[in-house]
Amino acid sequence: MVDRSLIGLTMEPFTVEAEKGRLRFFARAIGETDPVFVDEEAARAAGHPSLPLPPTFLFSMELDGPEPFAFFHRLGIDFTRLLHGEQSFTYHRPAHAGEKLTFTARVADIFDKKGGALTFVVRETKVTDTAGAPVADLGTVLVIRNPGLESVR
Amino acid sequence: MKPLHDLAVGDALPALELPPVTRAQLALFAGASGDHNSIHIDIDYARAAGQPDVFAHGMLVMAELGRLLTAHFPVGALRGFSTRFAAITRVHDQLTCRGSVVAVEEVGGERRARLELAVTDRAGEIKLVGAATVALPSS
Repeated sequence: MVDRSLIGLTMEPFTVEAEKGRLRFFARAIGETDPVFVDEEAARAAGHPSLPLPPTFLFSMELDGPEPFAFFHRLGIDFTRLLHGEQSFTYHRPAHAGEKLTFTARVADIFDKKGGALTFVVRETKVTDTAGAPVADLGTVLVIRNPGLESVR
Repeated sequence: MKPLHDLAVGDALPALELPPVTRAQLALFAGASGDHNSIHIDIDYARAAGQPDVFAHGMLVMAELGRLLTAHFPVGALRGFSTRFAAITRVHDQLTCRGSVVAVEEVGGERRARLELAVTDRAGEIKLVGAATVALPSS
């Protein structure tokens, strides 16, 4: 069970740079061969200042914070019981290699389902640029299978 | 596919057929994505956690579904992308990403298409369902 009093908790913001080499590695790992995502000249020809971030890369940058598991530890979540239930991205503008982006995560909701067998934790993360302008919003639903009720899922 | 500004409700994107999921891909994605959870890369750990084998990161499947979008729309045209992870994707699963237009609407002076998305395996099991909103060029 996760303590519902943690709803509203805001984590310490952190800033991560989108690195070119990492973006190329990510593109290779997901089978993305469009030169726009791996070749700077192609990216510029398409109107980008540098390599654009693929649609889900911000989730990886959020994992690159100084303490990637701080969120889970703060909530007392056992990693082996954790499932990723849902993920959403709302884009305010495209982001590119070389940008330093700031991630501010907040616990938006915590609720139980199936008689307490599953606990849902909803995390909302605002991504902003160095000027403080919004870049994207991430929504993550984590599902925790609670001990003793394994048969449910 | 027809030009983007002609997209209409009911139009489907050409399906994206993916090669079978391999262990090597899961290892690469662990490194590239920063998700180092051992459940995806270490079979001993996975078994100790009660799983028959390692299995794919949900975000790997979502990233591949993202390729269906960026193959047809400029990445800068994406306004929203969301998914629900419906079933675990296992090693050797062969996935197909599909999307179709369910609405074309004007939002704040911009023409946008809403798409319904799904990823299924060869047996038809739905691994992931999603939605996306993309800006369309003005006609």
